Amino acid sequence: MASGKREPFDNAFVEWVDSRLPIFTLMVKEYRAFPTPKNFNYFWNFGAIAMVMLVLMIVTGIVLAMHYTPHATMAFNSVERIMRDVNWGWMLRYMHMNGASFFFIAVYIHIFRGMYYGSYKKPRELLWIFGVLIFLLMMATAFMGYTLPWSQMGGWAATVITNLFSAIPLVGEKLVALLWGGFSVDNPTLNRFFSLHYLLPFVILGVVVLHVWALHVTGSNNPLGIEPNGPQDTVPFHPYYTAKDTFGLSVFLILYVVVTFWFPNVFAHPDHFVQYDSMVTPPHIVPEWYFLPYYAILRSITFDIGIPFTDIVFINAKFGGVIAMFGAVIVLFFLPWFDSHPVRSARFRPWYKIALLALALDFILLGYVGMETADAVKFGIPLVYVGQICTLYYFAFFVAIVPWLSKNEKALPLPKSINDAVLAAKGA
Amino acid sequence: MSIRKFAFSLFALTALALPAHAKEGGGHGEAAQHWSFKGMTGTYDRAALQRGFEVYRQVCASCHSLNLLSYRNLADLGYSEDQIKAIASEYAVMDGPNDEGEMFERPARPSDRFKAPFANKKAAMYANNGAYPPDMSLLAKARHGGADYIYGIMTGYADAPENMTLMQGQYWNAAMHGNIIAMSPPLSDGMVSYEDGTEGTLHQYAMDIATFLTWAAEPHMEARKRTGLKALIFLLVFSFIMYGVKKRVWQDAH
Repeated sequence: MASGKREPFDNAFVEWVDSRLPIFTLMVKEYRAFPTPKNFNYFWNFGAIAMVMLVLMIVTGIVLAMHYTPHATMAFNSVERIMRDVNWGWMLRYMHMNGASFFFIAVYIHIFRGMYYGSYKKPRELLWIFGVLIFLLMMATAFMGYTLPWSQMGGWAATVITNLFSAIPLVGEKLVALLWGGFSVDNPTLNRFFSLHYLLPFVILGVVVLHVWALHVTGSNNPLGIEPNGPQDTVPFHPYYTAKDTFGLSVFLILYVVVTFWFPNVFAHPDHFVQYDSMVTPPHIVPEWYFLPYYAILRSITFDIGIPFTDIVFINAKFGGVIAMFGAVIVLFFLPWFDSHPVRSARFRPWYKIALLALALDFILLGYVGMETADAVKFGIPLVYVGQICTLYYFAFFVAIVPWLSKNEKALPLPKSINDAVLAAKGA
Repeated sequence: MSIRKFAFSLFALTALALPAHAKEGGGHGEAAQHWSFKGMTGTYDRAALQRGFEVYRQVCASCHSLNLLSYRNLADLGYSEDQIKAIASEYAVMDGPNDEGEMFERPARPSDRFKAPFANKKAAMYANNGAYPPDMSLLAKARHGGADYIYGIMTGYADAPENMTLMQGQYWNAAMHGNIIAMSPPLSDGMVSYEDGTEGTLHQYAMDIATFLTWAAEPHMEARKRTGLKALIFLLVFSFIMYGVKKRVWQDAH
């Protein structure tokens, strides 16, 4: 990687290592001198925050795995042993449980920031794709982690989600048997989920390396969405952004600590504290809050898709829901091609800004619909209709609104350079 | 709308949506009691824990197990080692096999788990008219409302409304989901006499057993809040310092 010309170091040991493996040169180049646009706002903290949360999840997770027993009859009690008898076990467990939620909070804000300021656009498409891949892997990891305590909620979530795959034509049933490792959710299911839950975070870490690598090739986007023209537009990453990121991280961790130590079960349903029983179905199976919008999309497809006024069905409602749910994530991969508008930042695209803020509200509304029961009615409106309208907007945003705006939206005038804009803002 | 304002409203909306997550599926909304363990620095009232344990072992323990607890855990309630040994030795547990291959009974030791009233779930159901008295170790976390729910069940018994017919072994309870419960009213005034002279009312029993079961479900709550406070103070100071550092670093950047 960092071969070629190299500045020698004064310290003899550092120089000895660096002349053999230029790791210090790499660090200096990528984390000290790295020219970074000087106009970031606090939205740019969340990449670093997400990185810290990932490391925190891996560290707490490795220690938890030392005490956890992945067996259908022992898993629940082994988690309780961690909570009661393992030294500081309760803290590791609560940090891990709530860490997942805060990891998702950081990543959702990070994704929103990328969409708002057009960070997915040329030349950062691959960077964006790696990001979506991380998000997808996180979802798989979080879902399997959710099942591991083998509680009523965990075991039944495993049942519901794995059953979705049975909707896939031809291979569905075989696929489900493969996921289960048998003919029902049982010990083999728990074993493979545990194995994968341990594996996937390291895959995520690998993709994060690619994500960061790609970032360091193109450089960061910024709130203006214009490329830096020279040194007057940038600052070295260290100490400017190391200081700012540490401050932002610290504030984020305050919220994390408040939830972890005072409201550790605020995200957990009471059925998490009852051991899984395959004979007793809980009245209301809900996923973790960060999946609720996708859960609502899944449940919005209540109709078969086929030729109208005939009995011919191409896609039944169940399979349609599964396609919509996975499609809602997959569609993100293609965002750089749906939107080819030359202006990146929503600051200069008034219509795109409105459409995107509406999408954010739409997403939260979907989350609310996902939280309620399928037959819930609020203010006389069945929530399933609300979910359907929100699902329609969600997909319309990507495949219709954004492509249309991309061709027709007239952008506001862009500032000449980052430096000009920063100085103008200072003078104002 | 500025992006900053938008982010704030997003956060506020999420905060508003959260409590809704907790309310679904519950009974009829139990009135919130005043608990010693609530609040930022709330702790378990040791006297209430000991009284609650007394209620558990004299009343609840005849049907409900507490499988995740050992007698040694009673040290949290303020009992001494000798007291715990004495309490444990009142119960006989099965051990073995001994050198001759025989199982044998011996008095329980502090390291033993609480002795369950029934050998297994089937035996528990057979003795209780087909209804399973749930293990109480996590009850306070496994029901919406927690301690308030437990208090609500204990004090929620009443005659069924006229239009409702109850079957043999069913009772009406205001706090129960669907108002039908298979447990006969377990507590009434004067049932357990307290050693510390506290008056034995149903309200008192319900408060004490709910406190005891909250401890049973979350025994490290006090350590959790103490640790959290340290972490919080550290982060507040650290954030303050880092804010200064950030300002200082950036002062001549523009």
